[in-house]
Amino acid sequence: MTSTNEAPAGAAGEGPVEKVLAGTGTFLDDRLHAAKSTRTLLKKVFPDHWTFLLGEIALYSFIILLLTGTFLTLFFKPSMTSLVYHGTYSRLDGVRMSEAYASTLNISFDVRGGLLMRQIHHWAADLFMAAIMAHMIRIFFTGAYRKPRELNWLIGITLFTLGMLEGLFGYSLPDDLLSGAGLRILEGVILGIPIVGTYISFFLFGGQFPGMDIIPRLYIIHVLLIPGLLLALITAHLFLMFHQKHTQMPGKGRTDKNVVGQPLYPYFMAKTGAFFFFVFGVLALLSALAQINPVWLYGPYNPVAMSAGSQPDFYMGMLEGALRIFPNWSWNLWGHTFAWNVLIPALVPLGLLFTGAALWPFLERWITGDQREHHVNDRPRNAATRTAIGIAVITWYGIMWLEGANDVIADHFQISLYTTTEIARYAVVIGPVIAYILTKRICLGLQRKDAATLLHGYETGIIQMRPNGEYVELHAPVPEEERAVLEARTTAPLPLEAGSDDDSGVPDPALRGPVGKLRLALNRVVTESVPLPVGNGHGTNGHGNGHGGNGHGSSVAGEPERAAVTSGEDGKTLLGRDSPEDPGEH
Amino acid sequence: MSWIIARRRRPVAGYAVVLLGLIAVGVVYAAFTTQGSPASASSPAASSRETAVGRQLFVQNCSSCHGLLAQGTNTGPSLIGVGAAAVDFQVSTGRMPLKEIEAQAQRKPPVLNTAQTHAIAAYISSLGGGPAIPGASQVSTQGADTGLGQQLFTSNCAQCHNFVGAGGALTQGKYAPALTASTPTQIYEAMLTGPEAMPVFNDTTITPSEKRDMIAYVTETRSAPNPGGFSLGRVGPVTEGLVGWIGGIGALVLSALWITAKRRVHE
Ligand code: HEC
Ligand code: HEC
Ligand code: HEM
Repeated sequence: MTSTNEAPAGAAGEGPVEKVLAGTGTFLDDRLHAAKSTRTLLKKVFPDHWTFLLGEIALYSFIILLLTGTFLTLFFKPSMTSLVYHGTYSRLDGVRMSEAYASTLNISFDVRGGLLMRQIHHWAADLFMAAIMAHMIRIFFTGAYRKPRELNWLIGITLFTLGMLEGLFGYSLPDDLLSGAGLRILEGVILGIPIVGTYISFFLFGGQFPGMDIIPRLYIIHVLLIPGLLLALITAHLFLMFHQKHTQMPGKGRTDKNVVGQPLYPYFMAKTGAFFFFVFGVLALLSALAQINPVWLYGPYNPVAMSAGSQPDFYMGMLEGALRIFPNWSWNLWGHTFAWNVLIPALVPLGLLFTGAALWPFLERWITGDQREHHVNDRPRNAATRTAIGIAVITWYGIMWLEGANDVIADHFQISLYTTTEIARYAVVIGPVIAYILTKRICLGLQRKDAATLLHGYETGIIQMRPNGEYVELHAPVPEEERAVLEARTTAPLPLEAGSDDDSGVPDPALRGPVGKLRLALNRVVTESVPLPVGNGHGTNGHGNGHGGNGHGSSVAGEPERAAVTSGEDGKTLLGRDSPEDPGEH
Repeated sequence: MSWIIARRRRPVAGYAVVLLGLIAVGVVYAAFTTQGSPASASSPAASSRETAVGRQLFVQNCSSCHGLLAQGTNTGPSLIGVGAAAVDFQVSTGRMPLKEIEAQAQRKPPVLNTAQTHAIAAYISSLGGGPAIPGASQVSTQGADTGLGQQLFTSNCAQCHNFVGAGGALTQGKYAPALTASTPTQIYEAMLTGPEAMPVFNDTTITPSEKRDMIAYVTETRSAPNPGGFSLGRVGPVTEGLVGWIGGIGALVLSALWITAKRRVHE
């Protein structure tokens, strides 16, 4: 476990780098100390866990998207005006195409560094979305969305949605064969909306598909509207995060009242600065080595053509898969066509995903009745049901995602196309159920293992023979740091207070009636867990931790409020606090 | 035909085939001895000698499925009227002689050499009609217009073969193969004869000069460099997504692990 065998980095010694950084710190301190806010800011503590950097990948990719996108706007012509190409790319010489497509060819072959910029832009878009997904998964599984961070969770979901749209509109701009195919699907979905579909489509495309208007409109949305929204929301997201401070993974001395980690300045700043260059470096490498969206091969958009392997970018793949899985149903009623085969798969799965994700924190709070603030994350295994739900949703999403690429899969693994769809139809229903059950079993098993470890210590693998001839395996006691991690159960979902029947025998009013029953039943599922061994103070749902109750993390328990700032003048004090001999423990 | 596939593993099947074969040989022998070769003179282009050699090769290699008179059997369709181009395409791509019956004949190294193939083609075309093997000038890409070729290819072929001819899956276990190995002649012949699930593109749908443009597009695209780096298979966003996750997120997670790694406690 990364979080367990840590030693405070700064405390161990002062290398030359630390000296330089500290020197710079003093320099800034000397000059800025009037500006108290800056000092507070610089001392903001950031926990050190690799999963906390997933969001940063998204942030840095976005910055790179803004930069490269701005470069592209200098040369890209969002126009559907038709022209005959006579450019550097001789293979398309004499072909009729839109100005948008021609200018993309021009960026790729005539503008110095243009192709690299296009590729960085596109790879950054892929990375942006992938990082957002990974980041959201991390937040979900660790329960970092819980009070007080629900708002940021909602902002995150909005960012994800906007990112999908931004990407869709982005890769539609070059007006090549693939982007045309994507727009055609978009048109199909809009047309599928009963009654008003045709009007909306006419409005969006400014007439018949594809028309002259769509590219300029998408362009404004892509370079102005959505980036503006994204920028505003990302700012809000970061501001909130700063204000509420980071969550932290469970560990020794980490409670809901403090943040253990490294101060923003200089440690975290150096690290995160370095990380920006990693992100940029990986993107530059990818873009220099791997070709993405070779529009010159796809050719200009051609309404009668459709290529095998026409897929959207991966973040839209799930939609494509849903369209392919869904049976071919449609009704014709009152002169209107209800194209369920398009409407349901286009709106329902993503709608469920986003609505479900948005409601989940509130739902969970209602089920558990847990009104506490949470700053220490859950280990995924300790919230077995939540983790199982997460894996089930990922399975469900993943199957649709794979089905979106079913033709490529069928071709490469030589399976029939229908077979893949047939399999996916069953798997999309059964898969999540199996995933749920398996995950839950695994989580509970891990909890059981943790409990056993706490009770007996680690198996050392050393076998000893007792005088009576019996063989026993020696167990080593669990080091304190690890104990703290193993015992960190306190923030997991709460069983509803036994107060359902209070002394007078009157059931808790909130738990009466059908809704109350449902709530109790859900609660039982959500809070299912293996009890920790009794005797170490954590047997029950332990409100204790972080409330100064049980000596766990006693070194910080006395702090008045959640310490955003390290307690001493520099980070080392804090770090020192986290280090060795802490006698308060068991 | 599927009833054959289902039953051919049964022991009786073996006897049945032998019996059928004997009867067929008997009948055909009778026919030949009384009438002589039925169509040897119908194709003036091919010499009658070549036709005779072709017939011999056909009987040896192909008649078990296509019948001694190419009239077709339960295991292979009639080849009367398919033309020399179909034979040349099927045999030069190694699809024929078929080894085992499956959803679709696969491209393999050819079993027969060019002379033998042309001989069989001459024999089959002597049975009547069908497109001839295109000549060198018909498949030459000299001066062809690849831009037009691309347009024609994307409109007519890409829905099955993908935009650069990387291939794609079709229904029922069939697939449109990658066009990475097809020679210009084979591409021309494929269009003329429409093997299996592929439609026929005769000279009125796509003129001979347009066919040359398309051949030029397919063959030049194969060797066209990838200015952006590795091609990732040229199959579109699927591999891009995969690389983005593995190469992008993967590499960054590793570096995040490295950046946040701490000095270990010395125990
Ligand atoms: C094991 C049985 C078998 C053998 C041997 C065989 N074929 Fe075939 N052939 C088939 C089947 C089945 C098809 C139809 C399905 C296909 O094309 O895959 C076919 C199709 C063909 C076609 C395409 C017909 C059309 O309508 O376009 C040609 C031409 C052909 N074979 C020629 C030959 C020649 C020439 C040989 C000998 C060198 C040969 N075949 C040997 C089974 C066989
Ligand atoms: C409906 C789908 C479909 C379309 C459209 C189509 N093909 Fe095919 N094509 C196939 C299939 C299926 C095969 C494999 C036939 C076989 O194995 O017997 C094939 C085979 C070929 C081959 C032989 C490949 C090899 O192995 O050497 C060539 C060349 C070819 N097609 C070219 C074209 C061209 C050029 C076009 C457009 C004019 C085209 N195809 C359109 C389905 C299609
Ligand atoms: C302010 C920020 C942005 C600007 C100014 C911008 C600008 C542009 C322009 C001009 C193009 C067309 C040029 C081309 O075809 O190569 C483009 C394409 C694209 N944009 Fe953006 N963009 C921005 C942000 C984003 C974001 C945040 C995303 C993703 C979530 C994104 C995804 C794309 C994609 C996928 C393409 C297609 C690239 C290609 O054709 O290879 N863009 N963008």
